[in-house]
Amino acid sequence: MRRLRAAATAVTVVTLAVTASGCGGGSSAGGGSNNSPRTLTYWASNQGPSIEADKKILTKELAKFTQQTGIKVKLEVVPWADLLNRVLAATASGEGPDVLNIGNSWSSSLQATGALLPWDAKNYKAIGGKDRFVETALSATGAEDKDPAAVPLYSLSYALYYNKKMFADAGVSAPPKTWDELVAAGKKISKGGKWGLAAEGGNLSENIHHAFVFGKQHGADFFDAAGKPTFTSDGAVAAVKQYVDLMAKDKIIAPGNAEYAQNQSLQDFANNKTAMVLWQAAASTFKAHGMKPSDYGVVPVPVPSGTPDTGKNTNSMVAGINIAVFKNTQNLKGAQKFVKFMTSEDEQKLLNKTYGSIPPVKDAQQDPAFDQPDTKVLRETLVNSASPLPNVPNESQFETTVGTAIKELWADAAAGRAVTTSSVKARLTKAQQQMPK
Amino acid sequence: MTATAAHEQAPPGPSKGPGPGQRKQRRLRIPAKARSIGLPYLLLVPALLFELFVHVVPMVVGIFMAFKELTQFYIRDWGAAPWTGFDNFKLAVDFNQPVGKALLHSFWVTCAFTAITVLCCWLLGVAAAVFLQENFKGRGLLRAIFLTPYALPIYAAVITWAFMFQRDNGMVNHIIHDQLGLTDDRPFWLLGDNSFVALTVVAVWKTWPFAFLIVMAALQNIPKDLYEASAIDGAGIWQQIRRITLPALRPVNQVLVLVLFLWTFNDFNTPFILFGDSAPEAADLISIHIYQSSFVSWNFGTGSAMSVLLLLFLLLVTAVYLMLTSRGRKGENV
Repeated sequence: MRRLRAAATAVTVVTLAVTASGCGGGSSAGGGSNNSPRTLTYWASNQGPSIEADKKILTKELAKFTQQTGIKVKLEVVPWADLLNRVLAATASGEGPDVLNIGNSWSSSLQATGALLPWDAKNYKAIGGKDRFVETALSATGAEDKDPAAVPLYSLSYALYYNKKMFADAGVSAPPKTWDELVAAGKKISKGGKWGLAAEGGNLSENIHHAFVFGKQHGADFFDAAGKPTFTSDGAVAAVKQYVDLMAKDKIIAPGNAEYAQNQSLQDFANNKTAMVLWQAAASTFKAHGMKPSDYGVVPVPVPSGTPDTGKNTNSMVAGINIAVFKNTQNLKGAQKFVKFMTSEDEQKLLNKTYGSIPPVKDAQQDPAFDQPDTKVLRETLVNSASPLPNVPNESQFETTVGTAIKELWADAAAGRAVTTSSVKARLTKAQQQMPK
Repeated sequence: MTATAAHEQAPPGPSKGPGPGQRKQRRLRIPAKARSIGLPYLLLVPALLFELFVHVVPMVVGIFMAFKELTQFYIRDWGAAPWTGFDNFKLAVDFNQPVGKALLHSFWVTCAFTAITVLCCWLLGVAAAVFLQENFKGRGLLRAIFLTPYALPIYAAVITWAFMFQRDNGMVNHIIHDQLGLTDDRPFWLLGDNSFVALTVVAVWKTWPFAFLIVMAALQNIPKDLYEASAIDGAGIWQQIRRITLPALRPVNQVLVLVLFLWTFNDFNTPFILFGDSAPEAADLISIHIYQSSFVSWNFGTGSAMSVLLLLFLLLVTAVYLMLTSRGRKGENV
């Protein structure tokens, strides 16, 4: 019967035009079983330059795990764009993998579905304890009043990358520390087809990440303590306006950036068309575009004034990937062993080095690889001045509605239409009304 | 199926006409029980079963979901989701509230998009088919070129269009702005109001070859002597098209327009590949809108209610259309 329902799910998803729905309902109780202790399925998120590259990297590591435990791991690398839908379909049908990667900002949303194994003290103990992990990384693993829904795997944060040659050509001597300095530098650079700063206006998550940080700097949160949306608060409106004004008012972002969503920003940066990008870990992409590490500098994302810190001087969201276990796994012990293996010091060093991310495991962070000019900034930002995105069940809807509102504001700015406090507020009001009640 | 002994079955191989005395042996024996049910129905069973699983079951499930508050809290066990009666429908059609307002907007956008696309596809298809009726040098090549969009994998084709429509590096702006100087500024094609134009152009480009193919096939059935006779009577090319070609195409056109309408109204691939998860307001087709309400906002109950409304609308339109067009068909052999 369950199989039949799963089939119905798949068919339903395909016949979207007729019925937009996902069905199934493998409601398994409790926390998994150990009926098939010899095998595991693992959905990895696409972290490297391509799916194939990831397969190569991970297959080698999974072989080590099989050697140690005798458990065979069936690997599938899922592209970013499909991952959330795949997880939802797996949740609805009860036919998912045993272990999977999730974007850490989805933790609370997926936690609400009840499909993921809660990491209570007992489960954490099975993987070597909670205190092995950095506090900020743990802050993005689910709602604060519940047991975490996932375990940190790769951590990231935002930094400001600047093109040294373009800075020198425009006579900008030092990288900016505050937004005022960034705008001033940007204005000097934005001439004759060259631009100061880049944005990925069509990428909803990117829009959210920056709006959230500007929000923090304005003392605003997008949700209140009860988890209700507060998109239209003065602080939130001012935050979104400040971000879009970089194009609309300051004119240091090229209008064409309004439709960027495939990381074209990084290409512009490498081609000396844009002097600054705010990015999570761009070194490997710059290398692929033929840039040497000496061609660019990396500094913390600007703050309103002073130095990056918590509260109003937050300058990044806690970015990264978590690893989670499906509650209805048939190999609970094996899944725990696998999470322990993936978060072990050696694997953490190796995988995070490979992907250019920062290990959320304290011991692994000590490796010199995470003390390079760029990784050092990312690591320190993560530890000292990053905040997790709202840990609310509706986080994923927030990314869609507010992300879309900002995308539309970019379009306004690019087309030369006025971006005013009231136009920003109107868009955010619409976004808030679209949120589930 | 029916159980007949091997020796009673007809020998394999090409069948010849039944000779005298063979008739009885060659007939497939059908048990009386099966005959009482009716063999035709029995033969329909496999198709009906597939239809049931592929269409009917999901449709019923979708209708069932429309009456539930199916959010992320319940997708794991959607049977446990609370019943909401008609709340989802009320939300979808409350045009003073943002959800209903957005759905209505999306509905009008889809109507406009469908009307323009179907009209353009039909005109282009008929024009090209009539044009290629005459045999001339290079006709085969032109046919092949015209059918190319229909043969290409949809994803690759639309993503190519998306690249061409890019503001800064796209071919479209390169031609109209850089080379021809038709616009003062580089317009955006995938953002704002122009997105409707981009969407319609791509939809027409990928759909019209189908109309061309169908009309071309239908034209083969028009007897040549009709044209010859009319030419002798002094009819020009326009008169021939108006008085011979179009009336002869009528039955085919009726079905063609209906199919084009349904396909275009439900088109999901084109906007999804062009715009991704969130289409601009001007190009917010209803299929994408419902997808967003369900799969992006995780509000499957409301999404299902919108789907049911859409299904009812399309059924209504189809029924009215068939009633209107079948009137003219009575007495004709279609």
